[in-house]
Amino acid sequence: MLILFLVIVTGAALPFSSFFIRVFTGDMSRGIPGHIEKTIYRFTETDPDHEDGWKGYARDLLAFNGIGFVILFILLLLQGFLPFNPENFGAFNLFTAINTATSFVTNTNWQVYSGETTASYLTQMAGFTVQNFLSSATGICIAIAVMRGITRQSTDRIGNFWVDITRCTLYILLPIAFIFALILASQGVIQNLDPYAQAIGYVPTGQQTIAMGPVASQEAIKELGTNGGGFFNANAAHPYENPTSLTNLIEVFLILLIPVTLPLVFGRMTGKMWQGWMIYTVMLVLFLGSFCTLYAAELTGNPLVKELGVSGISMEGKEVRLGLFGSSLFATSTTATSCGAVNSMHDSLTPLGGLVTLFMMLLGEVAFGGVGSGFYTMIGFVVLSVFIAGLMIGRTPEYLGKKIEVLEMRAAVIAVLVPGVLVLLLSGIALVLPNVEELMKNPGPHGLSELIYAFASMSQNNGSAFAGFDASKPFYTLIGSLAMVIGRFVPAVSMLALAGSLAQKKKVPPSSGTLPTASVTFSVWMILVILIIGALTFFPLFAMGPIAEHLTMIGGI
Amino acid sequence: MPRKRYPSLGAFESKLLREALISAVLKLDLRQQAGNPVMLLVEIGGILTTISFIISLFSATARTSFFTGFVSFWLWLTVLFSNFAESVSEGRGKARAASLRQSRTSVPARKLKTESFDASSIEISSSDLRKGDLVLVKANEVIPGDGEVVKGAALVNEAAITGESAPVVRESGGDRSAVTGGTTVIANEIIIRITTDPGQTFLDRMISMVEGAERRKTPNEIALEILLIALTGVFLAVVVSTYSVSAYSAASSGRGAPASLTVLIALFVCLAPTTIAALLPAIGIAGMDRLFRLNVVALSGRAIEAAGDVNVLLLDKTGTITLGNRQAAEFLPVDNQSLDDLTEAALLSSFADDTPEGKSIIALIQEKTGIAPVSPENVTFIPFSAATRVSGAQCKDTTYLKGASDAIAKAVLERGGVIPSDLKAKVDRVASAGGTPLVVARNETILGVIFLKDILKTGIKERFADLRRIGIKTVMITGDNHLTAATIAAEAGVDDYLAEAKPDDKLKMIRDYQNEGYMVAMTGDGTNDAPALAQSDVAVAMNNGTQPAREAANIIDLDSDPTKLLDIVEIGKQILMTRGALTTFSIANDIAKYFAIIPAALIGIYPQLEVLNIMGLATPQSAILSAVIFNALVIPMLIPLALAGVKFKTMPASKLFAYNLTIFGLGGIIAPFIGIKVIDLVLAGLLHI
Repeated sequence: MLILFLVIVTGAALPFSSFFIRVFTGDMSRGIPGHIEKTIYRFTETDPDHEDGWKGYARDLLAFNGIGFVILFILLLLQGFLPFNPENFGAFNLFTAINTATSFVTNTNWQVYSGETTASYLTQMAGFTVQNFLSSATGICIAIAVMRGITRQSTDRIGNFWVDITRCTLYILLPIAFIFALILASQGVIQNLDPYAQAIGYVPTGQQTIAMGPVASQEAIKELGTNGGGFFNANAAHPYENPTSLTNLIEVFLILLIPVTLPLVFGRMTGKMWQGWMIYTVMLVLFLGSFCTLYAAELTGNPLVKELGVSGISMEGKEVRLGLFGSSLFATSTTATSCGAVNSMHDSLTPLGGLVTLFMMLLGEVAFGGVGSGFYTMIGFVVLSVFIAGLMIGRTPEYLGKKIEVLEMRAAVIAVLVPGVLVLLLSGIALVLPNVEELMKNPGPHGLSELIYAFASMSQNNGSAFAGFDASKPFYTLIGSLAMVIGRFVPAVSMLALAGSLAQKKKVPPSSGTLPTASVTFSVWMILVILIIGALTFFPLFAMGPIAEHLTMIGGI
Repeated sequence: MPRKRYPSLGAFESKLLREALISAVLKLDLRQQAGNPVMLLVEIGGILTTISFIISLFSATARTSFFTGFVSFWLWLTVLFSNFAESVSEGRGKARAASLRQSRTSVPARKLKTESFDASSIEISSSDLRKGDLVLVKANEVIPGDGEVVKGAALVNEAAITGESAPVVRESGGDRSAVTGGTTVIANEIIIRITTDPGQTFLDRMISMVEGAERRKTPNEIALEILLIALTGVFLAVVVSTYSVSAYSAASSGRGAPASLTVLIALFVCLAPTTIAALLPAIGIAGMDRLFRLNVVALSGRAIEAAGDVNVLLLDKTGTITLGNRQAAEFLPVDNQSLDDLTEAALLSSFADDTPEGKSIIALIQEKTGIAPVSPENVTFIPFSAATRVSGAQCKDTTYLKGASDAIAKAVLERGGVIPSDLKAKVDRVASAGGTPLVVARNETILGVIFLKDILKTGIKERFADLRRIGIKTVMITGDNHLTAATIAAEAGVDDYLAEAKPDDKLKMIRDYQNEGYMVAMTGDGTNDAPALAQSDVAVAMNNGTQPAREAANIIDLDSDPTKLLDIVEIGKQILMTRGALTTFSIANDIAKYFAIIPAALIGIYPQLEVLNIMGLATPQSAILSAVIFNALVIPMLIPLALAGVKFKTMPASKLFAYNLTIFGLGGIIAPFIGIKVIDLVLAGLLHI
């Protein structure tokens, strides 16, 4: 089942990757969309033939996201005065607005609000959905710029941000999101602007309010762009977001599609498909490993419950209609990418299952990773792995003919390690603050996991939550916003710097003295580097969080 | 050539060792540690635990303060071991520098007004000499500075620099004009134009390189340091968060206590990449020293590492690939001429020829006939002249000539002779067999061709095969024609050749390779090599070369042996490999240390974490101490490896990587599990900790 599913994803990614190449080389800029593209350039005074160095690219990218933040922020505060608000929701709380705007701009989609009780339809459509497109396009642009840096030589140009983001949105994200919105709607995902319905429910209290809204249009891009911000609070566990096992698979497919495609795009761009497959394989192995562990942990459940004669599998917090497999697949996919949509309560995963989701985020979300961010973080890991491996064969390390020197190391180290350090420091600070116990619903090892999960989710721009740790206090919304901004843009800008530096270098022709990076040995080495760096960074936290919880659980203490 | 020049300085010679120990203690000065941030933090950890120990003497139980004191003691040892590693590697260089410095003492110099042996002179100190000054040096005087012989020729003893006791000739003009300050004139007198200011002479540069005084970190070293510092930063954050997480966990579980300062510092020191950080300076210095033992001086650390990256080697044919001298191998008569006539003519024309080729002709005749040829009477010799490019002998009215085929053809035609029809075929046959054809004529008759063969150096072919296996391309540079060059290239197994090479061709070839992204190394000695040397990434100049060549180079071979280039490449690779291997080892060690320290630190809070104590260490204290002690002891245990370098194996990169990964990666994971367990057994068994 899983294998078949991954084969389908990969099968789709292969032709999709050549489509990517055509989009970003401007090969698709024809016909009506080409006309729209040209109109946009005329309007924004963009010269599509001009390319920038990494600094210019980063400047445009930051400016664009800054503007996106301001617009969304204003929208959140003014939604009460604007149309498409049948439930008459007022303005967002100031701190919530800052946190939410940051969250959507950084592709985190951490939600300290409940969609159906806070956000108007206009906010959902013009605010969140638009940022879902733009933040994921931003990630893809960075990945493409990094690929250009590696493949080009003797130039300082890595592309034009405005052109890249226009093409990415126009030719890739919009059409696919449109098609899949229709498919999802056909399966029962709602799409309307109606006021909330009233129903005589099963509940003894009688009336029940059923939230409505333009869900399908947001759902498709939410998964495709690994955004993950749910229309409803229950996210993809909500029947209007994810009604059936089929939509569940479609949504996981969408989450994985672009992250799986990007390494193959890279393979095509370098002209060495095996290099793309190597990165793909490393991602796949990590993904499979985490899925199997999580699935096994959930299947095993709590042995003590089993002793009581009850089926041991852990169904707490999972939707019966999606099942254990569907929930495990979704949970792995959403944390292994930086999606953060959920179809089950991650908080209710078994300790080891929860550890897997936590670990996947803390590894930097590289197994297949967020759209763009997964790829460029992976390149950061490639640079680290190549560096140590290169030394071991007695050459200045090189990757695809590009020498890895001081600047590249600095960029890779920052991109790979900063988010992790952020999690450590924020968790460390939060735990010594006096009121921490009050914010935890489940003090003890589980509460600790919840707290670490919250900071991991924000720093790594995932957006999913264990819940349980109340991060809606002004202090934490601001700290969280800061974490999201640092976790997003520090690695992004340093990887652009790396691209800029690599683009200037000449390629060293390969020989038998060159370390082959598309080999089994190197893939194993890369997996080890990723796992060891992750494990070394978080071992003490895991020991006192999920591991202690697991041991407590099986020990029955 | 004899290799052993310097008194052997074993790494563990007692005097050096004593000095290294003293200097290790002196290096505890925090300012000196600033260059090595990882060890600086370890030392700060040592200071903090010491303070904590002193406080604990008054407040805590004897057991706690003993533990703190013991951890503190081993942290200090860790720093000392690191300092010691650096001191030992520096020590050998310092001892050499001291002996070099004796030759640098200022000597009186006879400064001349004009370039003439009888010009008036003033006596000044060598330290007052400036670039462009002319000095006269007589027999048994020390040459006061680096320079160029502008007048005269002398026998110079260069043992001070090269260790070679046999004197060499230095003369004005040509490729043997460079003299080095500190060497001694043995016979004759010369006028020298000084080419460097005091303080920057060859000897000065050599001393500072050997001593490591001017050692700048190479870009590769800096890149590695960035990784190490970043990891250290991560582990600092780990330790900080471990404290607050353990404080929270202890409070919420109502058991145990937060990890103590001593435990946290122990955890930090064990996790931080101390092994590689401690040995990193030693690796670079030791590499330099290994080169020096080969009698090669690198003028920058960067040059040696660049040597490890080289993927194209430009090698002069003569002297590097082949023995300098060609040898006669066969006589080929032409046009029905008899072999005896040819042999006789060859003999007569070669008697006066003192060149190795001439001697080899006579040796060949002796070998073929079995009789030692006797010099005939009534023979006048015709020496080789640049105008006619032939040499030979005049015997009564018969002229015997030998030379290159076109030169002989010209001479024969002038005398009214004819060119035999099969001459060209024979000449080409010799050339295409990689030989040099010498044509012999008697009066106006061409008798035949002598086949002069290039003799490959023994083992050179295997060496090139090794180089190819590790991805290095070899290019042979020769003045020979294409036919000859191609044959020798094939015979020696080089990848490419440059025939009929002129200095400009060399320069162009280097640029072409560099534009394709290759790193190029070459050796050279002549002034006309200087531009190519300056252009190439690794430029090895022969010490007997000219001053311009030596200035353009970044590595000087004191033995003037061009094959050393291959050794230099190997040492460059070794330095990087040693760094990579020890980094991998250092990081891999952390896994075992975690399994030792984390359960020990947290067991009070969560007793169930005992399952993580997979080594079954006796007590929490012994577990933490064992990890700290292992971390410290591994440094001195690896000093010999850091000094000698990881052995370089000629295998393709993919295999070499898998090989080193198994040894240092897998080994690095397993070794500490064993080491820590053993130390724990000792601690628990003997000290009852």
